[in-house]
Amino acid sequence: MPNMSLKKNEMPSQEPHIRSQNFKEVALGYTAEQAVDEAKRCLNCKNRPCVGGCPVNILIPDFIAKMAEGDFEGAYQVIAQSSALPAVCGRVCPQESQCEKYCVRGVKGEPVAIGRLERFAADWHNAHAAEAPARPRPNGHRVAVVGSGPSGLTCAGDLARLGYEVTVFEALHTAGGVLVYGIPEFRLPKAIVQKEIDGLKAMGVKIETNMVIGRALSIDELLEDGFEAVFIGSGAGLPRFMNIPGENLKGVYSANEFLTRVNLMKAYQPGSDTPIQRARRVAVVGGGNVAMDAARCAKRLGAEEVYIVYRRSEAELPARAEEVEHAKEEGVVFKLLNNPTKILGDEAGAVCGMECLEMELGEPDASGRRRPVEKAGSEFALDLDCVIMAIGTSPNPLIKSTTAGLETQKWGGIIVNEETGLTSRPNVYAGGDAVTGAATVILAMGAGKTAARAIHQQLNG
Amino acid sequence: MQGKGPALSYLCVKVVKPLYRIVKKKPLNPTVTWMDVEAPAVARKAEPGQFIILRVDENGERIPLTVAGFDREAGTVTIIFQIVGATTEKLNRKQEGEFIQDFVGPLGVPTHTQDLEKVAVVGGGVGCAIAYPVAKKLYQQGCQIHSIVGFRSKELVILEEEFAAASTKFCKMSDDGSWGEKGLVTDALRRLIESGERYDRVIAIGPLIMMKFVTKLTKEFNIPTTVSMNPIMIDGTGMCGGCRLSLIQNGQRVTKFACVDGPDFDGFEVDFDEAMARSAMYRDFERHAHEEACNLFRGGKV
Repeated sequence: MPNMSLKKNEMPSQEPHIRSQNFKEVALGYTAEQAVDEAKRCLNCKNRPCVGGCPVNILIPDFIAKMAEGDFEGAYQVIAQSSALPAVCGRVCPQESQCEKYCVRGVKGEPVAIGRLERFAADWHNAHAAEAPARPRPNGHRVAVVGSGPSGLTCAGDLARLGYEVTVFEALHTAGGVLVYGIPEFRLPKAIVQKEIDGLKAMGVKIETNMVIGRALSIDELLEDGFEAVFIGSGAGLPRFMNIPGENLKGVYSANEFLTRVNLMKAYQPGSDTPIQRARRVAVVGGGNVAMDAARCAKRLGAEEVYIVYRRSEAELPARAEEVEHAKEEGVVFKLLNNPTKILGDEAGAVCGMECLEMELGEPDASGRRRPVEKAGSEFALDLDCVIMAIGTSPNPLIKSTTAGLETQKWGGIIVNEETGLTSRPNVYAGGDAVTGAATVILAMGAGKTAARAIHQQLNG
Repeated sequence: MQGKGPALSYLCVKVVKPLYRIVKKKPLNPTVTWMDVEAPAVARKAEPGQFIILRVDENGERIPLTVAGFDREAGTVTIIFQIVGATTEKLNRKQEGEFIQDFVGPLGVPTHTQDLEKVAVVGGGVGCAIAYPVAKKLYQQGCQIHSIVGFRSKELVILEEEFAAASTKFCKMSDDGSWGEKGLVTDALRRLIESGERYDRVIAIGPLIMMKFVTKLTKEFNIPTTVSMNPIMIDGTGMCGGCRLSLIQNGQRVTKFACVDGPDFDGFEVDFDEAMARSAMYRDFERHAHEEACNLFRGGKV
């Protein structure tokens, strides 16, 4: 008997005024009753458009059907056929533009809460799974993976399951990539990421941290050293700045720096040795998930006023809908159709404010979004002591500059065959943000799976 | 961490790494320490001018330190550091045989040492530890090296013999006259230039204010000058921009990351004033943290 409620089951969450003072997870997860009730909203419709909306084509109605029966482990197993990181994706996927966008329940009311159900199934499995999967028998082939973010971890996992001896090289001192340095604890608990990594290690994957490929070892050296294929999942970690006056004042951060100090180095915790400015009045420039994350972290560090300054309007904000909603609930002030022109400093060289202009939307630009146009004479200033630039990142040029024959786009994205992830160098594959520029965890994961499949095809005939 | 780690194969690629063992440690003066750290992956590739980033323990911050030397066979890297804050304090408390949590490198672009025949190497204070490997490499290549090395006073002098051995001419300067001649390194450099010495390049490494004034001097004579920048860093691989500095090129302000574009830069282009302001960002936090670290050790809690 389907549940004909037009609304999703509400996600239990920490109250905004409480959660904006701590780094604990905001969304607490459905109860089993809620999960079953929500699963029954799915009509198991004939066309299943949700499956096509998923970048890795999870058999959504099948996993939901299991959930409706209370077979949560069974639901997890369905998801795990297609996804390597369900506990992560259930939390961070922009479902509103993927699976849930196409759900037929969304025509009259709200779509089925597919993301929340995926999260529930994954969390259930992690809490109740019997023992670690058996270590596969080695097939004698060795593969190197560069980067331990979502695409690298996925590629490593899929290959390890097939018996490959995989070594993952990570530049930072902890594995996880953007899952640990970028996405905050209150959106994605690091214990979940650690569980994924431990799972890989249990399957025999070796993770070497503090290894910068392109410095300690080049891709060519990896191949010479006996790795038969290399997967590049080095991400898009190079921060973009606006190049406006005052951008090098004390108190101006790239979002990467700010988030790395807070998330990876845990600067918000008293025991951490890493400093972070406890700013009172913060402006975050940008409108994506990274901007939301930075703003919400700044709030949690005790800022009285946190602004999001974005040059287009609400409709164009690229951030995940839930992050925007949560940010607003937590008191982040959205200054939309505003663009900074200059950052102001005091005699000590520290930020004391930012000048902005109002914008209006004109014709669409190359991205298809309406281009922001300056409104003459609309200058105003914000009183601030910290500015965080969250206007995008691009691939780090280190790999390209140390790998002869590796073709990239002008902006740095590695060029690959879409079906296989193969680059212009034989035996060298790439995927994730290193190819597409900053995108999503699920796309990165999908690329890791594609490459693993192609590598397996290549090495095992 | 107590005890010794398992035997290491230096084929770092095949072996899961233990922590990084301190193989040798000796004080060079009351506030500067020499350490050899077992880090084969770094030792294999390190070149003068490059740096490493380390963390002392699990809660540690990431700090950059220049590679002062390396032994590719032994798989060790030499770091020379001044005890100026909480992390260097903690690092200095580690003994031979103990371990450092993280040690990554080699980072940055190596110092350019091609096509140089006569170079003045100017080192200030602990900057000499960074200048020395460059001087040594050039000297071994057959380059004439005029070293001008300055310390506040005799007790602070480090690497005197090593520097002398890598120099065609060696000028010792001290602020108080207790070692070598009384005066600034810029005094000695001016004297040499004005006496007719023609240098292909001046390499200046030391406190920002020293590099600023050396560059002011060499600009008068239009001698190409390389400086080694040492901003606050977090990741060291180009992902955060925390180490950014400004170069003024053709009247335009250009932002560079010291960790990937440097640490060497054209001294004439660097905005030293901005760099000095930025390096003071966490002064209060640092002072407090250093006090806490000292108190912890004094109280015998560590």
